Formats: sequence, C-alpha cells, structure tokens
Amino acid sequence: MFDNLSEKLGGILDRLTGRGALSEADVDAAMREIRRALLEADVALEVVRSFTERVREQAVGATVVKSVKPGQMVVKIVHDELVATLGSDVQALDLNTVPPVPIMMVGLQGSGKTTTTAKLARRLTERDKRKVLMASLDVYRPAAMEQLAVLGRDLGIDTLPIVAGQQPAQIARRAIEAAKLGGYDVVMLDTAGRTTLDEAMMTEAAEIKAVANPHEVLLVADSLTGQDAVNLARAFDTRVGLTGIALTRIDGDGRGGAALSMRAVTGKPIKLMGTGEKTDALEDFHPSRIAGRILGMGDVVSLVEKAAATLDAEKAAAVAEKMRKGKFDLVDMRDQLLQMSKMGGIGGLMGLMPGIAKMKNQIAAAGIDDKILNRQIAIIDSMTREERKNPDILKASRKKRIAAGCGLKVEDVNKLLKMHRNMADMMKAVGRGKGGPMAGLAKAMGFGGGLPSAEEIKAMQEKVQGGELPELPKELPSSLRGGLPNIPGLTGMSGKPTLPGLGGFPFGKKK
Amino acid sequence: MNDTSETKKPSWWRRLSDGLKRTSSSIGTALAEFVSKRKLDRAMLEEIEDVLLRADLGTDVSARIAAAVGEGRYDKMISASDVKAIVAAEVEKVLAPVAQPLVIDTAHKPFVILMVGVNGSGKTTTIGKLAARLSGEGRKVMMAAGDTFRAAAIEQLKVWGDRTGTPVVAGAQGSDAASLAFNALSQAKAEGRDVLLIDTAGRLQNRAELMSELEKVVRVIRKVDASAPHAVLLVLDATVGQNALSQVEAFSRTAGVTGLVMTKLDGTARGGILVALAEKHKIPVHFIGVGEGVEDLSPFTAADFAKAIAGTDNAS
Repeated sequence: MFDNLSEKLGGILDRLTGRGALSEADVDAAMREIRRALLEADVALEVVRSFTERVREQAVGATVVKSVKPGQMVVKIVHDELVATLGSDVQALDLNTVPPVPIMMVGLQGSGKTTTTAKLARRLTERDKRKVLMASLDVYRPAAMEQLAVLGRDLGIDTLPIVAGQQPAQIARRAIEAAKLGGYDVVMLDTAGRTTLDEAMMTEAAEIKAVANPHEVLLVADSLTGQDAVNLARAFDTRVGLTGIALTRIDGDGRGGAALSMRAVTGKPIKLMGTGEKTDALEDFHPSRIAGRILGMGDVVSLVEKAAATLDAEKAAAVAEKMRKGKFDLVDMRDQLLQMSKMGGIGGLMGLMPGIAKMKNQIAAAGIDDKILNRQIAIIDSMTREERKNPDILKASRKKRIAAGCGLKVEDVNKLLKMHRNMADMMKAVGRGKGGPMAGLAKAMGFGGGLPSAEEIKAMQEKVQGGELPELPKELPSSLRGGLPNIPGLTGMSGKPTLPGLGGFPFGKKK
Repeated sequence: MNDTSETKKPSWWRRLSDGLKRTSSSIGTALAEFVSKRKLDRAMLEEIEDVLLRADLGTDVSARIAAAVGEGRYDKMISASDVKAIVAAEVEKVLAPVAQPLVIDTAHKPFVILMVGVNGSGKTTTIGKLAARLSGEGRKVMMAAGDTFRAAAIEQLKVWGDRTGTPVVAGAQGSDAASLAFNALSQAKAEGRDVLLIDTAGRLQNRAELMSELEKVVRVIRKVDASAPHAVLLVLDATVGQNALSQVEAFSRTAGVTGLVMTKLDGTARGGILVALAEKHKIPVHFIGVGEGVEDLSPFTAADFAKAIAGTDNAS
C-alpha cells in the first residue's frame, strides 16, 4: 500500500541527490513536494505540517555534514522522521495479565473489526497456543453475530453462544464469565461499528470497557481512510482509551497516510496489520521497515524473512550449488517458479524489492499476473525428462508437441527457453560472485560481493533494523527504471536481464 | 439556514443536513475562525486551501477552489459568510453535472443493478435500503446475495429481505458468485420482476484475481440479458481518502461503473472526495447514505451538498 508514497518521495529525493550543496531553496522545494506527496497519501494536514517542519529544521540546520551528499542526508532525515512518527519498535500485543485476558475491538462500521477479530484469534490459537473465546457484541448489524460464529466454526475457535435480546454490556459480562469458567486464556470482544459522533454508541463502548476491563483496546481502522483518520483515532482514544491500532486492507493500493496520522495524533502504537482476505493474513507492524518501504528502499528484511520461511532450504541449497557450477536446467527452473508462486507470486515479491515499487503499476497494466507462472510451469511439465535436463535437444517438432501438450503456442515455449537461457547465464555470473544486483546490494551493505551467507544476512537485518541507511547500489533502481527486467513470468519484455530470477534468490543459501 | 423553507423538503433533507451538519459546522467554523473581517491575502487563501484539504478534496481541487476564491478579491475586506458562499458556489459548480438521479428504465425487465465496492464500504446495507426505496415506489424488486465470500453476508441480506418484503436469491457460502447471478437473473426474468439488485463481495481494486472474478460476474449476467447490468453502482465510504480515485478507475475498467453511492456521511468524515471525483471522472452520484435506518438513503443534490461542505446553511 505504501508504493505510491515511496514513488512520490523517491521522485523528489532523486532530484535532490547528486546536487552539490543543499541550499534553503532546495529544502523549500523539497518540503513543498513532500507536503504535497504526504497530503496525496492521505496523511492528515496537521501531521503533515509538523512532519515537514521537523524535517526542514534538521535539513537546513547544522546537521548536514560535509562529507555526506545532501540528497542522502535528506533521505536519512525523512527516513528517521518517518520511523520516529510511526514508532521505532515493533509493539507486540500485551497479554501479560491474569487470564482470561480481555481484548476489545472498536472502530467505524466496515473497518474490518470482525475479520480482524477472527484473524487475531487464529494467530493467538495457532502461533501462541492460547485458548481463545470470541464474542460478538454487535447487536445492531443484521447477521453480525452469525458472521463471527461462522468464522469461529471454520477456524475451530469457540464463540460465545448467541442469546437474543441481550445488551452489549451484558454480553461482555457473560463473555468474561464464560471465559473464566471455561479456562480460556484470551477473550475477544468484537463490538459494533459506530461513528464517533453517535453519543449513545460511544457511551456504550465506554460502558463495555468498564464492564470488561480489557487489557488491550484495539482500534481497527481502514488504511484507505482519508483526512478523517485523525478525528476518529482521537475520538476513540479520548472516549474509550486505546492501547493500540490495527490497520486493515494494507494490501490495497492506498497510500497509507492514515498510519502516520493515527500514530501521530494518538501516540498509540500500530500493533497489527491486515494484509489480505484470508484469516491468516495478519502481520505485526514493523515501523522501521515500513519507513524504508515508503522511501522506496524496499522491504528487504521482510523479503529475506519471507524467503527463509517459504523456501525449501534443501532444494535452494541444491540450486545454489548448481548455480555455482553453472548448471541450471529446466527442472531447477520449475522449482524456482514454484517457489516464487509460494512466496506470494510476482506481485507479492515486487512490493518488497527496492526500487521495484515504481514498476508495480506498469506490470499490473501490462496484465501480467501469476497465471503466467502457472503457464510456464505447465510448459515445463509438458516436456519429457530428457528435454528438461537438456533443453538444447528441443527442435521444432518437439516444441510443437510441447505447445500442444500445455495448450499454448510454440512462441510461448520459445519465450520460456529464452528466459531459461538468460537465467542460466545470470546465475553463472552471480554464482561466480560478479555483478548482479543482489551482489551489489550486499556490497552496499558492507559485505563482499557474491552470495550473502546466513551470517551476512543476519548482520544485514540488524543493520536495516538499526535504522542504518546503506547506500543502495546505483545500478539497481536505474536499471529497473530503464525497462522491465527479465524476471521469470515476464518473458517477452525487453531489456537485459537484471534480476537473475527472483526465485533463484541467493538467500536460498540461508540455512 | 433558509433551505428548510424552500419548496417542499421531504424528511430525508433533515437527515441529510443532520448528517452533514457536523461536516459543515466543522468546516464552517474553521472558515469563520479566520476570515471574519480580514483582508484577503495569501495567508488566508492558504488557510482556505487547508480547510478544503482537510475535507479530502485533494490537493488539486483544493488549490483550484482557493484560487477561485482569491480571484478579483485580493486585498479586499471579506467576511466569513462571503467566503463560505464562494466556496459553496465553486463546489456546486463541480458537483452539479454529476448530481443525477438513478433512472430505472422500464424497458428493461428486470432492470439489473450491480453493486460493487471495496470491503466494508456498505454494499449490502445500501442494497437493503435501495430495495426498500424501490419497492416503496411500487416496483417488484428482487435481491441476489452475490457476496458468497464473507461469512454471514448472505444472512445479512436475507434480514434485509425480510425487513423490506423482498425475495432474496441465495446460494451457499463459497459458491460461485457468477452462477448465482445467472440464476437470479433467470429467476427474476421468469417471475417478471421490475428490478434485480445484485450484491457482490467486497474486493480491493488492485487485486487482479478478484477483479477478474467480478468481470466474470458481468460476463455471465450478459448471457441472460446482453444489455445487463443496466446500472453498476460503486459504493464509497465517506471516510475514504484519495484512494477513491483509484477505486473509481479500477471498478470502471472492470465492471463499467455507471454511478456512485456514498455511505456513512453521518460520521465526522466529510466526503469531500466526491468533489475530486466529480472533477476528474464526471461519474454521476446518485445517493448518499446518512444513517443505518432503512430510510437513510437520500438522493444526492449538488447544491445541498456544496452548502453543507462550505457550511453556509448554519452560518446565518
């Protein structure tokens, strides 16, 4: 969701980079652009004001050190300020009290309270091994209580039996009682959606809070919210008292200004973010990573983690070994494609890569989606074992047969083969430790070229989390801007191959 | 305010203005705070622009309207009510062309209305209200529970069906939304219904796979009636910010949006994004939702909305 903001800031900061000295006029121009970009990203006006003011003070002031490029300095200041505004650390949910721990969810209508309740309950059950009871206090919206009951049934999480005619506060009391008797660790109270102007409803929320004495009160808010974000966050915080914020629909293409706004006006941490429709799409909110993403540096740490969690370590090691030797056949490529789709497909990976955020829209516009991955896998599946090992034997008649087998055209087969050749070449290069953007990245992070080792990746994570700003390899973003790189799934797009098959990510070597 | 005396004001006007009053009063007060008896200068124009920005009008429209306020009035003494009137006039100018009622063409039987939007924007509730309104006009309405994804969305629509005495065609949760739409339209046709309202699951507009699912719904509907859907309404939440622009573009591309409905204007959210949308996309705005009751769906009128945004109706 932060892509657009990173695009904007990226553009502004590009202009600053490379200039000799940072004059007041430069700073003024940058601040105007940053103000506009933040406003277009739906950051609330008052937050924009204080943000740009803080950045300006630091940018014009003595903090600009001589030895550093002015552009880099501004990047760092904006980055630090974004981190400072978003909160510098991950704030986990606090469950440290006598069970059952009550968690209360509040928010406007349609912000995603019930879905988030279910997601959180699932995570607490599966990951944290807690026994969770969910209760819907929404007696207003038709079928709201059924919605939670259905979700509970699907997830195998208990919900408080529905008793018709009870008031929300009564239900809350009953839920706490039931949780005590049933030996539950956590009891989640999903309240009705309410506008902050509705006096009766806000009083009701306060009443529920008084009855349940929740350990966590989470405001569930839509990341697509506009300027109203400040009003609603402030109102809920003053009337009900929040302990944290859960941002939903972060997988949308909103610019995410609401995150900045709400954090800034309430000072309450954003603890969770909803990243998809399914009940496992809930993640911790990492402010420093998000700030990096806003700046277009890409969420490298998330990518590393995701890769580590999804990749089959042994297979990846085998591939890395082959790469080193310069052998890379279609069987390997098929594995790469499969792992790519496991990691969330092209779109999922793109969002995390430095500099690629800008391309995401181009790719979407070109109609490239994850179906292409499946098609490419189908092409390989239509080959014989011999052909996969030795693609050189593929002549016209074999290609025809393969095309017929997978229901595609001979030119698709050719494209795949060309892509494979490019990938194999690139991998040889990376394997030898020369060039390759990831090698460059590693170098920029302060390591030697070649594939980063597990230890190096770990060190890299620490650096990134510590807020240190490595200078990203120049050739990476620029070559990406020049044209779409040859990524598996993007065959047929021109431009020299810059990314040696995301799937063949050197991180595979970890573990 | 003097609008209540104007012509005949149906009861929805009270609800609309009640809903918008907070919007308008906050903007109105903000304007009043700084423009009473002052010279119009650059700082004042910037403040006016900020007020509009805070209402989600967006940077371009806010700058343009602020400029229009300044035109020919620079360095002159100006009062709060003048500024409000000018702002209202400028906003109305933008909104007037898009304030169009939803016209049910009786040549189509049934007239098929497809509701689309992101999750939680209020599609199902709006369908319920719309069903009440249309059957109140004496039309034979049918609803199709096309949100087969969200838990209990079907039950939610069935409750609306009971409330409004409208039959609901529903399948099982998780079933194919397109085939449900097909069945519903076939049934509505066979029963000679006047209007068929089809609900869809909420979806984020950047999710390609979900958007192609919506495309399929439209495609399959056309197998029964090549001219359908006759209206595609995009439901927008008043709290939404600049992302609404992207929503309008994406849903128009996929489903051919013919009109907008803005919900939840009874909160603090100002819905000013409608002005930006009107300027950029010129898509008609049919209704606004100002509450949770069956009757809380009002036709959209440019002048009222503009006055409410500028705060003129509580200035005097």
